[in-house]
Amino acid sequence: MSKGSPISPSLMASKANAAARAAAARTKDVASSVSAHPETADERIQGPNNTVPPTEMTGSQAIVRSLEELGVDEVFGLPGGAILPTYDPLMDSTKIRHILVRHEQGAGHAAEGYAMVTGRAGVCIVTSGPGATNLVTAIADAHMDSVPMVAITGQVSSAFIGSDAFQEADIVGITMPITKHSYLVTDAADIPRVLAEAFHIATSGRPGPVLVDIAKDAQQAKTTFSWPPKIDLQGYRTVVRGHSKQVREAARLIAASQRPVFYVGGGVLKANASAELLELAELVGAPVVTTLMARGVFPDSHELHVGMPGMHGSVSAVTALQQSDLLITLGARFDDRVTGVLSSFAPGAKVIHADIDPAEISKNRPADVPIVGSVKEIIPELADAVRGQFETAKPDISAWWAVLERLRETYPIGYATPEDGLIAPQKVIERIGAMTGPEGVYVAGVGQHQMWSAQFIKYERPRAWLNSGGLGTMGYSVPAAMGAKVGAPDRVVWAIDGDGCFQMTNQELATCLINNIPIKVAIINNSSLGMVRQWQTLFYESRYSNTDLNTGHDTVRIPDFVKLAEAYGCVGLRCERDEDIDATIAQALEINDRPVVIDFVVSRDSMVWPMVPTGVSNDLIQIARNMTPTWEEED
Amino acid sequence: MARHTLSVLVEDVPGVLTRVASLFARRAFNINSLAVGPSEVPGMSRITVVVDAEGDLLEQVTKQLNKLINVIKIVELVPDSSVQRDHILVKVRADAATRLQVTQAAELFRASIVDVSTDSLIVEATGTADKLNALLSVLEPFGIREIVQSGTLAVARGSKSMSDRALRSA
Repeated sequence: MSKGSPISPSLMASKANAAARAAAARTKDVASSVSAHPETADERIQGPNNTVPPTEMTGSQAIVRSLEELGVDEVFGLPGGAILPTYDPLMDSTKIRHILVRHEQGAGHAAEGYAMVTGRAGVCIVTSGPGATNLVTAIADAHMDSVPMVAITGQVSSAFIGSDAFQEADIVGITMPITKHSYLVTDAADIPRVLAEAFHIATSGRPGPVLVDIAKDAQQAKTTFSWPPKIDLQGYRTVVRGHSKQVREAARLIAASQRPVFYVGGGVLKANASAELLELAELVGAPVVTTLMARGVFPDSHELHVGMPGMHGSVSAVTALQQSDLLITLGARFDDRVTGVLSSFAPGAKVIHADIDPAEISKNRPADVPIVGSVKEIIPELADAVRGQFETAKPDISAWWAVLERLRETYPIGYATPEDGLIAPQKVIERIGAMTGPEGVYVAGVGQHQMWSAQFIKYERPRAWLNSGGLGTMGYSVPAAMGAKVGAPDRVVWAIDGDGCFQMTNQELATCLINNIPIKVAIINNSSLGMVRQWQTLFYESRYSNTDLNTGHDTVRIPDFVKLAEAYGCVGLRCERDEDIDATIAQALEINDRPVVIDFVVSRDSMVWPMVPTGVSNDLIQIARNMTPTWEEED
Repeated sequence: MARHTLSVLVEDVPGVLTRVASLFARRAFNINSLAVGPSEVPGMSRITVVVDAEGDLLEQVTKQLNKLINVIKIVELVPDSSVQRDHILVKVRADAATRLQVTQAAELFRASIVDVSTDSLIVEATGTADKLNALLSVLEPFGIREIVQSGTLAVARGSKSMSDRALRSA
């Protein structure tokens, strides 16, 4: 493995913020025995850098104290037998706010939402067995979308491990393929080191979930706590700086390209490199596409932005990739939803691929110029190298822009008015975005409403758009919005959810109400598992097998979402007419003392367009059913 | 598909073998053989794994292995510049009439007889996979009762140690 600086500088800013916040929150109970020694601190250990001399305490107290020393101030969780010892000292912590969820999956997604808006690791704490297995979906989700998260699970006492004890599950084994790393702790003395390592691994390099499974006897045992612990991670090194020869080669390709395009992925968001990207993009003057995970990393309103690529991307973005001669790939991974049939993807393009994870480079599409490192470091270096190249000659890419401008103007993202006279779901989402503005946070579930939210809301800043991109987890929205609101309490946070998704995790409305987390939920209620229904319309001769949810027009409306919201103490609103959309959204925006749930009853026949059907080239993108764009201008 | 021998230096911690083996399984690689044991460095184990894979897929699985926190270093050992050996124990039918023939066959392969009973022998042999296959085909006519075979062990020729650079720079 290559050796580099042990922490991504991209995370330093948020780390410093965390330290500052935790320091500000520090109260009198910090004993005189605590002193700060930042000059000797291991920079891999996050938090306020206190030094704590050896102190007798239990393993449970060591868990809580370690979290405090790591600067953690909010955790999501739900207690049970095997984690009970830890919940006792947690009750006394004045620094950590524990938010009691109603289902462990909710804790996991909340931790993700928190991490996505703050850039810091989200933390969830649950018990063994079913508590831990309920967390599995959220862990897999965080793994697919590279979300920094630390999941702490209780485990049965070490003497019982392997005996099929009550509420025993081998959660380390179960989650091995979906965690960045995991630990089983059976010795209380290991707790500070393991937790410090877990946070470092979760937040550095390519972020991801780390599971720490702690046996009950280790929680109960007496131990000697001191801080900081000595981290031992000789097998973990992250390359941060790009290879300068490769960077120069990339600049040479950019200077020689006639049809360059920036293919920007979620890695740019994780590295907090939006400003660097803006500078490079404006220098090169090439079109920018932002993937589903990167919406907002580059402003939608910027003239260089040509849209989102992929299965439901805009014609201009999909074409920009397809007809390019150079993909400047930054923190993206050539996901199948972006490439379509891989062999037909961007056939004429050379590929520059910058990513902090070497395993992503040339995984799906071979890279001509691979650059391993943080895009936070690589982009400015690349900009310098490009400036040097441009001194001799700057390529004229106006012909390329003429093609893309025409496509952008001819085929903007749009929608048709539904023939059944009901509300167009796209309009609801568009109005939510327009009336809330770019400072809001938008958290989608998975399906049609997710794609429309990616298409019809204008994202101008990073961390404004949260969704389950890789795993496609229905039920992500409400708990992730809850976590986002905890992480960014001053922002308006919308959960834009489907009627199917909402029924998977809406129990967290109770958590929101009781803990004063006033999110706004817009249920885009088309009475169906809409995306599946769309595929049934297109590919299964409109045979709607098991996609009718009976929540909309002319159905029994089970459940009644307004009554359900009211049962949870939230404000429940319903909007069924086009002319009421704005007033309903305005009413929701006025209410900030409790969660609001709006049942937007919409047409079920609206479909997500454009669309690249599976199994064909991106060249066969359809702008509506059986309609493909005309590629050449008619004379 | 080409056969590749990877030597993997890992931290000797619980679950490390599972992490390595399951990664091969998840990426749809067939492990041909696997051997694991302590290395010259306290706290480090060394895994020798033989896989069938095309070059770019092998690169991908190597990168994925490198991402495992407990993996310190991976090298591919090519036959020309490494020593690769398998170890085998074979229980062969051999009564008074055939015992001499079996022992002579074993001698030809520099194998040793490590157990004798009235109607069987246990042959122990070390060598390359090819040599051991040849031994088995010679013993086969006598009647093979059991075969137990280790995974391939491999080490690079010359004075360099795999752990040298990996641990010094850590």
